[in-house]
Amino acid sequence: MNSLKPMRCIRAILFATIPGSAILGSAIVGLVFAAGLTARAFAQEAPEVGPLRPLVVKPMESHIGNITGHAADAKDDYRRYCAGCHGNYGDANGENAIWLDPKPRDFTIATFKCRSTPTGTLPTDEDIYNAIGRGFVNSNMPIWNVFTKQERADLVAYIKIFSPRWEKEKAGDPIKIPAEPPVTLESISHGKALFTKLECWKCHGPAGQGDGPSASTLTDSKDNPIRPYNFAAGGNDSRFKCGNTNQDIYKIFMTGVDGTPMPSFADVIQPNDAWDLVHFLRTLQVNRHGKENEVLMAAHGVIPPYVDKTPAPAAAPADNKSPGGGQ
Amino acid sequence: MRSKQMLLALLTLFVCSSLMCPSLMFAGTVSGKVTYTGTPARQKPIDMSKEPSCAKEHATPISTETVVTGANNALDNVVVYVSSGATDEGQVPTQAITYTQKGCQYIPHVLPMHVNQEFDIVNDDQTSHNIHPLPKVNTEWNKSQPPGTAPIKEKYDKPEFIEVKCNIHPWMHGWFVVLKTSHYDVSTGGGDFKLPNLPPGKYTITAWHEKYGAQTADVAISGNETKDVNFTFKATAY
Repeated sequence: MNSLKPMRCIRAILFATIPGSAILGSAIVGLVFAAGLTARAFAQEAPEVGPLRPLVVKPMESHIGNITGHAADAKDDYRRYCAGCHGNYGDANGENAIWLDPKPRDFTIATFKCRSTPTGTLPTDEDIYNAIGRGFVNSNMPIWNVFTKQERADLVAYIKIFSPRWEKEKAGDPIKIPAEPPVTLESISHGKALFTKLECWKCHGPAGQGDGPSASTLTDSKDNPIRPYNFAAGGNDSRFKCGNTNQDIYKIFMTGVDGTPMPSFADVIQPNDAWDLVHFLRTLQVNRHGKENEVLMAAHGVIPPYVDKTPAPAAAPADNKSPGGGQ
Repeated sequence: MRSKQMLLALLTLFVCSSLMCPSLMFAGTVSGKVTYTGTPARQKPIDMSKEPSCAKEHATPISTETVVTGANNALDNVVVYVSSGATDEGQVPTQAITYTQKGCQYIPHVLPMHVNQEFDIVNDDQTSHNIHPLPKVNTEWNKSQPPGTAPIKEKYDKPEFIEVKCNIHPWMHGWFVVLKTSHYDVSTGGGDFKLPNLPPGKYTITAWHEKYGAQTADVAISGNETKDVNFTFKATAY
């Protein structure tokens, strides 16, 4: 692109200095121009700057609490802060994308990692809003706390312009999360049994260190290598990709991390069993100071083998309804 | 008495021709064989030692199934279907189809189906699988299926050729072929295929192989006849 500017100057000078001989002038210009084109053909292609294709900013909206986001209002913020990686067209082809691992989200396919909704469905507006504010640990997506709530809501609306799915489909129904039961040694022990039975360790490793037998073979849905989460890494403040509360962990395995090898376990884990798994997963975060590790420390760090006892009388009817549950 | 018999005969004829016996009405059939020329890609034996419960299901290690061949240059796992000309597009077949995970292998390797046709995914293994189809047009999902759990019921609402993976067992690889037609078959056991019940008309038949691409052939059916259509793919070693 830059080579055009000097050429324009040359043309201007030529026309200015030889005003009489227009034919000669244009012939020379033609030669110079042709030479310029040849030179450009050998030069390295410059990266795309600015929207070369027209970009239609559809009037998409987002609703977060009482804030309404408007796509049109996020145009400048997206170009300034997001396009560098996610691309002007939301196709994850920003100029920085080739240097990043994991790759930025491709908004044109509308597959999102952190959702409160079942696998294969669109996330809620809050899910995306939270993802922008939270950033993605172990990736290049930072915590975007520079934006106001309104700006973030506008950005949520803006990324909806890239996929027609947002016009055809509604967000999935958020999964129901029952109240968290107290952390007990029994709950941790049951969680450990589930971790073994559901073969979480195949990827995450027996001690949750991301070193299971299948770990080295994993690729995401765009065929890029991807690592399973290492629970043991990090200190007291270590975060998960999709949040750092117990509810967030519950959501991660019950909805799956779409676009990655992490599947949804919604059809195979009963809601209360899921809490037991959460409690066990917390103990894999060995450097974390939390209720789960306190309970485990009180038991001298030993998780007893899980014994499938007869369910408590109150829970019995629910368990009878679903064979295979409560194991 | 005689009129009653005649009425019965007429009634039978009417019912049979209009509803019950489509195979009698539309006896047009396209059948043939899929073969290859050249050297097909060599298939590698799969090492299942990381999954002993699956390894012991196979007396001898199974090989990858990207190119499956038979005697006389037969090419298997080719989806043959009516890609244009069918007048009954959109009629979703009601028969159940099943995609089974057994011995850490997908059976069948290629599962053709109609758009919006429900299919079951079954885990017959003693290990957990995750079913992770990778559609580009349809919606992507990824579900865990531990041993002994209920079949997963799914369907796709847009035509697409979808690769299927299990992330836990990286050698597992298969295809969902979602078609606009119910006239489809997969060449198996010697490259043979058969598309029966085709009413008279002009059809385009497409044959698709996951490695060697697609071919088409035009065929006209004019009544109760069987037309032979054969496909020959040019195999490459890599």
